[in-house]
Amino acid sequence: MSGGWPSWLRRGPMENVATVLIAVGVVMLMQPLALAAFSWSFTVILTGTVMFLIVSHFPD
Amino acid sequence: MARSTPIDRVAHRAAAATPPHLRARVRGISDRAVAWVFIAPTIALLLAINIFPLLWTVYLSFTNYRANRPNREVEWVGTRNYERVLTDGDIWHTLQVTAHFVCWTLALQVLIGFTLAWLINRNFRGHGFWTTVIVLPMMLSPAVVGNFWTFLYQPQIGLFNYVVAFFSGVDPSSFSMIGSVHLAPWAIIIVDTWMWTPFVMLICLAGLRSIPEYLYEAAEVDRASPTRQFWTITVPMVLPFLMLAVLFRGIENFKMFDLVVELTSGGPGSVTELASINLKREAFEKWRTGYASAFAIVLFVTVFGLASIYVKALNRVKDR
Repeated sequence: MSGGWPSWLRRGPMENVATVLIAVGVVMLMQPLALAAFSWSFTVILTGTVMFLIVSHFPD
Repeated sequence: MARSTPIDRVAHRAAAATPPHLRARVRGISDRAVAWVFIAPTIALLLAINIFPLLWTVYLSFTNYRANRPNREVEWVGTRNYERVLTDGDIWHTLQVTAHFVCWTLALQVLIGFTLAWLINRNFRGHGFWTTVIVLPMMLSPAVVGNFWTFLYQPQIGLFNYVVAFFSGVDPSSFSMIGSVHLAPWAIIIVDTWMWTPFVMLICLAGLRSIPEYLYEAAEVDRASPTRQFWTITVPMVLPFLMLAVLFRGIENFKMFDLVVELTSGGPGSVTELASINLKREAFEKWRTGYASAFAIVLFVTVFGLASIYVKALNRVKDR
């Protein structure tokens, strides 16, 4: 079924990338060091979450 | 393919002999239609209670709507509310307060919860009784817990101050846990830890009970010390369960509202003002509905992202 699907686009590794993005975004949202990181945190979390939703439908 | 019953065959024969516009009535409604009839009320309720308010909040977050001025013309402001939320120093501060609360409660709950589970897992007399006693705080309502801990924290009559005074020798009325800027953040951490450590303990207990005994027997044969058995068998086997507990408590504490409102109402000043308390103030005290909606969406996306990780961790535990 997923014979022609590129190996780097498989569900497992892509979900890991999305998870890292969400985690980094949450850290940026709650860190006390840089307001700029806080301002960009939502974009990072949103990207990670949308990516997670999409890649969870990719083949294993 | 399901086998047709004599009644079905009769119904089909009768339907075939019936004019087309009356055929559906003779055959009756299909299984699929019956399923839809049963789940339709639930779907309608879900749409009305969950999905519609969410979509409405998303819409409001792009407007300057104020709920206390419903007749004022609503103006589309684009992403301005999001820009203001994400550059607001007060919101940044409340998220740091939330981070302090989440990190410390998680660390304490994991440490104490795992230790309790490890101790409870050994078979001893009265083990069932102690499990029930430890689990009791989790069963109470947050409003009740908040209310009686405000009494425990009273500087003059509170038991907590007397216990601290007994061990440290300080005057019990010399400090106020919920009135001090330095102590109030710790006051809410202590109460949340007291209430929710049993939950972490139960999850860890499930993890500990799932470890097969033969692993320890094999380790004994290899003459592995109890410390080595703990670090190479117990900890790795319980880790997925622990991760699950951390994610679950992390998400819950990120949304924490009731317990802290009951204890400190966000004070003194704003040292215990968590994100959800600030959100409620923006929406229902300052009546900046559009702005509060944008903040709510930021929090929602964050919790949704964390929940995605949570589901992934859950699947990993299930696969084990």
